Amino acid sequence: MRDEFAGSLARALANPNLTGALTRFSETYRISRAQAYEGIDFAALRRQIAGIKGQAAGRLPELAARFRENAEALGAQVFLATNPQQAREYVLAVARRGGVRKVVKSKSMASEELHLNPFLEQAGLEVTETDLGEWIIQLAGQRPSHMVLPAIHLTREEVADLFRQEAGERLSSDIPRLVATARARLRQRFLNADLGITGANVAVAETGSLVLVTNEGNARLVATLPRIHLAIVGLEKLVGQFEEIYPILTALPRSATSQLLTSYVSVISGAAQNSDGSPKELHIVLLDNRRTEMAADPQFRTALQCIRCASCLNVCPVYRLVGGHVFGKVYTGGIGVILTAWFDALKQAGDIQSLCIQCGQCVEFCPAEIPIPDLILELRRRLTEQTPPPLVERAIFQVVNQRRLFHGLLRAASLAQKPVAKDGFIRHLPWFLSNLTDGRSLPAIAKEPFRDVFPRLAQRPGREKAALYAGCLIDFVYPETGAAMVKVLNHAGLEAVFPEGQTCCGAPARSSGADAVAAQNAIDNIEALLEPEVRYIVSGCPTCTVALQRAFRHVLEQTGRHDWLGRAAEVAAKTVDFSTLASRLAAEGRLEFPPGAAAGSPVTYHDSCHLKRTLHAEGPPREMLRQSGHELVEMYEADSCCGMGGSYLAKHPEISKAILARKLAHLEAAGTGRVATDCPGCVLQMRGGLDQRQANIQVKHTAEWLAKSLDVDKDG
Amino acid sequence: MRSDPAGLFAGFKSRAEAVSAEVRRFATRTEALGFVLSFLREEGVADAPDCFAVWADCPFLRRCDRAALGREVPGLRFDVTPETAAAARVGISQMEWAAARTGTLVEDATRVEQRLVSSLPPIHVALIPTSGLVDDLAAAFGRVDPRRAAFLAAITGPSRTADIERVLTIGVHGPRRLIVVFIDDLEGAPA
Ligand code: SF4
Repeated sequence: MRDEFAGSLARALANPNLTGALTRFSETYRISRAQAYEGIDFAALRRQIAGIKGQAAGRLPELAARFRENAEALGAQVFLATNPQQAREYVLAVARRGGVRKVVKSKSMASEELHLNPFLEQAGLEVTETDLGEWIIQLAGQRPSHMVLPAIHLTREEVADLFRQEAGERLSSDIPRLVATARARLRQRFLNADLGITGANVAVAETGSLVLVTNEGNARLVATLPRIHLAIVGLEKLVGQFEEIYPILTALPRSATSQLLTSYVSVISGAAQNSDGSPKELHIVLLDNRRTEMAADPQFRTALQCIRCASCLNVCPVYRLVGGHVFGKVYTGGIGVILTAWFDALKQAGDIQSLCIQCGQCVEFCPAEIPIPDLILELRRRLTEQTPPPLVERAIFQVVNQRRLFHGLLRAASLAQKPVAKDGFIRHLPWFLSNLTDGRSLPAIAKEPFRDVFPRLAQRPGREKAALYAGCLIDFVYPETGAAMVKVLNHAGLEAVFPEGQTCCGAPARSSGADAVAAQNAIDNIEALLEPEVRYIVSGCPTCTVALQRAFRHVLEQTGRHDWLGRAAEVAAKTVDFSTLASRLAAEGRLEFPPGAAAGSPVTYHDSCHLKRTLHAEGPPREMLRQSGHELVEMYEADSCCGMGGSYLAKHPEISKAILARKLAHLEAAGTGRVATDCPGCVLQMRGGLDQRQANIQVKHTAEWLAKSLDVDKDG
Repeated sequence: MRSDPAGLFAGFKSRAEAVSAEVRRFATRTEALGFVLSFLREEGVADAPDCFAVWADCPFLRRCDRAALGREVPGLRFDVTPETAAAARVGISQMEWAAARTGTLVEDATRVEQRLVSSLPPIHVALIPTSGLVDDLAAAFGRVDPRRAAFLAAITGPSRTADIERVLTIGVHGPRRLIVVFIDDLEGAPA
């Protein structure tokens, strides 16, 4: 299984057609989507959708019963299928009773979840997908690689080839010609079919209506031409009231295809007449397949809010490299991982969940407000409960927990590499990190950790005290960042203290699903940080800041350590990230930079994922860089992930490297020669990549650029 | 203008044209009919397979002499079946509402002919009373109770796909041209 996965991953990364197509799409998508949303308050809209769908998820059985009653009153036959097998058998029974030989389908992800086509084909039926992308996929014998654009991974030449085999004639790869061929070939299928199978984008309980959204117009043909219409509808498509379809119809086309509205919206409420005057036989299969169970899970209920727009795929830095055949099963991308774990089996999500780099891009775009990365983390935790991580991984956590040992080991590795270390970078590590260095140099471990440097730093005494929380990277690798933070804070009249008992923030353990380890980290830190009388707890690492502000409480709750929650809240209330605190001090008039500092030298800013999307603090560092005398030049996609992702580096070095390459190209294109960021992890990742490219670009933590500006007086 | 007191036409036109629909407007039914007939001739409608035009029964048509129309444009048929519609070059139907915000036409398409003429032929001519202009899709759907209309249809521009290399291509399964004909003196559905 593992090898198969690794193989498909390697093939995807080596496929320039795939990566190129997805990357170009991800770039144009953002622009066209933004245009489609012009004049719309996205935040309010998605709150509304999350409200509607969240509420509905809370009462699925009731809505299903009402839907059934209302649709049946209008002549439909509604069947509630508990599991895929029941659904498949119902469909086959309908087909048998109706003497059906030929079936046409429009796009329905629920039917894919049922693996319906092979089942019906085995029973001797001819099944044709009529959505162009789905038909291409059917001809190719593949599964969709994207929820909205199923064949996005195929080129026109590949499509021409498939059509040639199907049509038995030579075809040019001209796209309009290919589309015309599909139209002609599928037209006969529509006219000859006895059964039409569709999905539905929304199902309204109050009116028994199905809402179908398409651009090609195939769904209305599938629902109109054959004698029998059967719709397969996941329970999560239910809403209560008819008015509730509008927010969904506002968001879905905009988020899915950057359109104000799709070409066709059909609302089917009960059975209409066939063209020969006979009443249409209309069947609606409501598919549960663990959806009610999911709705009862307080964490995963939100995943039922999904409207299948696929924007979470389009903006995902990993998806755009590997595509949906690697990242997903029937459902693709981040949300696909979650749905696979439920509709298929938790185990099935084992490999694919590891692909999530936790950058949070998808959360910004999701019109249903689903916290996709958090849910994936929770899956990870549940998977770890089932199958503990390999021994070596656990050993690493144990070591990370014992800071001195950890540091000692890293130092040993560092020293062993002395002969090949160059300019502060280690080319190859012999140890468990050895596969990380391809395309990225690892930093030399600092000779002295920050905790040993700290007591020697000169400080003026201050009225107020701030506790520095260093985190592993600043402590062991970049003590100079810690020193810069002390300098800036002290300049503003704060006296920094360093509580000795602090330890790893637990993020690495948590992101691997090892919550017990993370909880112990939380407790050790809380004890250490609450000890001195301080006004602030300052962190220069956004991942640590998030841990201190939020994850401690979460993980303590998860592991039942409720007695610590009060103190965790105290820590959270005092915790602030470095740049936000600096900008507050500047606003209070306590932090000023000498005139002429930095002399307007240009700097470009890289948003770390956690600072921007979890802490929403993209403004303060930029503001402080300007105040410290720099000209701020924005790079392209400043907020796209650099590929670091903590332990991601170790799990998927190839993906990490590819994401980094893109980031570096943007750094270079900004042409500033200076890069600021607020995350030591991003510093590590970007410096490592630049070193291997031998590019002359300085990457520093914002604190260091600010500290440098304060030096200007002395430098003259 | 009396038939479009809210001045929604301009908005509809620009939205619909942005998604490749063609929009015309006539003051009277007579002018509109003149346009439709000459359009059919220009498009080569004739009494031969793949050259028919099919016109679904509608209020506009009920005030016309069908036999005379059929004589004027041979191949123009009023018997709408899957077979005739599939063999037609042009389909004509009357729509009820036009949502300005998105350039969308809305109809109660419960009668199957309505759907056949607007989905099977490569060209769809949609007649619409100018008084049917409303602000948005919700306003249009809001005029009908879905429990009394088995099939509500909203159409925004011609049929399209981007399934091959994301290249936008018009006219997959439905029409590749949508011609919207607003008629000021055509009575609309009761509000
Ligand atoms: S999770 Fe959100 S962004 Fe992803 S498909 Fe569902 S609604 Fe769209």
